[in-house]
Amino acid sequence: MRAWIFLFFLLVGFEIWAQLVYHTTFLLNPFNAASIAVFTVGPLLLALGQTLVVISGGIDLSVGFTMGLAAVVFSEVLNLSTGVLPDPLALVVAMIVALLASMVPGLINGLLIAKLRVPPFIGTLGMYGVARGIAYLLAGGATVPIANQLVSSIGNGSFLSIPIVVLITIVLTLAMMFLLSQSRFGQHVYAIGGNRQASLRAGINVSRNTIALYILSSLTAGLGGILYTARFTAGAPQAGETLLLDSIAAVVIGGASLFGGSGTITGTVIGALIIAVIQYGLVFVNVEPFWQFVAVGIVIIISVLVDQTQKQLSGARTDE
Amino acid sequence: MSEQPILQVQSVSKRFGGVHALENVSVDLFPGEVLALAGDNGAGKSTLIKIISGVHHPDEGKIWYDGKEVTFENPQKAREQGIETIYQDLALADNLDVGANVFLGREPMKRVFGLPVLDRKKMRTEAADALRVLDIRINRFDLPLRSMSGGQRQAVAIGRAIHWNAKVLIMDEPTAALGVPEQRKVIALIKSLKQSGVGVIFISHNLIDIFAVSDRIVVLRRGKKVGETATQATNSDEIVRWMVGG
Repeated sequence: MRAWIFLFFLLVGFEIWAQLVYHTTFLLNPFNAASIAVFTVGPLLLALGQTLVVISGGIDLSVGFTMGLAAVVFSEVLNLSTGVLPDPLALVVAMIVALLASMVPGLINGLLIAKLRVPPFIGTLGMYGVARGIAYLLAGGATVPIANQLVSSIGNGSFLSIPIVVLITIVLTLAMMFLLSQSRFGQHVYAIGGNRQASLRAGINVSRNTIALYILSSLTAGLGGILYTARFTAGAPQAGETLLLDSIAAVVIGGASLFGGSGTITGTVIGALIIAVIQYGLVFVNVEPFWQFVAVGIVIIISVLVDQTQKQLSGARTDE
Repeated sequence: MSEQPILQVQSVSKRFGGVHALENVSVDLFPGEVLALAGDNGAGKSTLIKIISGVHHPDEGKIWYDGKEVTFENPQKAREQGIETIYQDLALADNLDVGANVFLGREPMKRVFGLPVLDRKKMRTEAADALRVLDIRINRFDLPLRSMSGGQRQAVAIGRAIHWNAKVLIMDEPTAALGVPEQRKVIALIKSLKQSGVGVIFISHNLIDIFAVSDRIVVLRRGKKVGETATQATNSDEIVRWMVGG
């Protein structure tokens, strides 16, 4: 609810700004809408898995470089198989290998957190470093350009004038919405975040669910890496470096509590849109790009403050 | 009250290292009866209920439940057979609503266009039914438990046990964290449980509560049963004397 209001004021604000200063429209320009949608893809893909992790009371700091790792693996495998195999088959092989590779950090995160009881912040911070190093090693320290026509046409193509990367993201978002709100797994994610002990006593397999969560998180990051590579026709180890904070920001702005137990995919989508509107809008009205970081940072702080005030006003019990 | 006990603890002993936590303790519980377990800290009350609920295993002695000798490997097994324990922390997910808590870990599913989805309506109506039996008023079933009072939350925990057909309900200090009006509601809840034929083991430090609700009192001291009496036939002086060993 709160995030919707934020988004509304941002859009109106940029519209007024554009009208007053440049005598042009911000909102009604279809190119802007498509650009904002494409800007949303990166943070949102990382934030989808992150939302579930955060609801369960954890956090995944490794997603940014898991995305980079997947981007590099995808590019390398694609380059090896293109020419040997027909383009579509090369794409499928590279996708499968990249997604499998992205599952590895998630599996290790999950095992560390669920079985060895490593705090999520520390476990995934370690994996942040490991994935980062391995991604750079695989890439030889540089970006890996690709030369597969099909992949670049998917990355930059449109269907019914909607960018294909946006369509793929919408489908995945709907699937995650269903998983979180309608499945037993989703219900248990909320329960684990709300009261881990109670979930254990109710017979929920908490460690298996936790491992699945972190694998899911790294899978959505891996898909992010693949789409990044398709869009820029190159895989880069640092593809997701700045997106880690954006993803956490999207989740928090979307109303999830970092203490676990609450949050929705819809909220996260709005959160990611808010970040994309800030980033694209500031470029559109010709503000120096570094102000983006300042603006996103302020929005995070405000949304947490609003959240706390709301809780106090509603008189809900807060567990300290 | 029926003649056949639902639960019989026979000469159970439990040692932790060199410490005798329980020594040769026997307790019977009848359906529809409230048995109060009294004793000072370290008297062995917790050990006894943990043995009954499958957390610990006795070194010596037997447990009979529903006419059969039983050994519960873990609390899950005990619960499946109908022995539910409500701990002080209630084991509720405060961020979820009543229905989700009653069905926690056993959520019903339905099919929509061939896809399995949570049957929230069923969870809500059946949870409401379970609480109606207990005569508990909860107006909003769609709100998280966080917004409810201590007594209502206690009722949800009890309602969950009842819904899953508990025959023995163990309650560890159910009134400890509550204000006086809420304490009275929980006492009333336990009385309505009796009527539905559930056997209740009630642990409390509060002698007023014990006398308000129990049919029988067992007093433990340093791992031994030092007294057992019908509640009507005793008074708090006697219970305190047993507890402190005067």
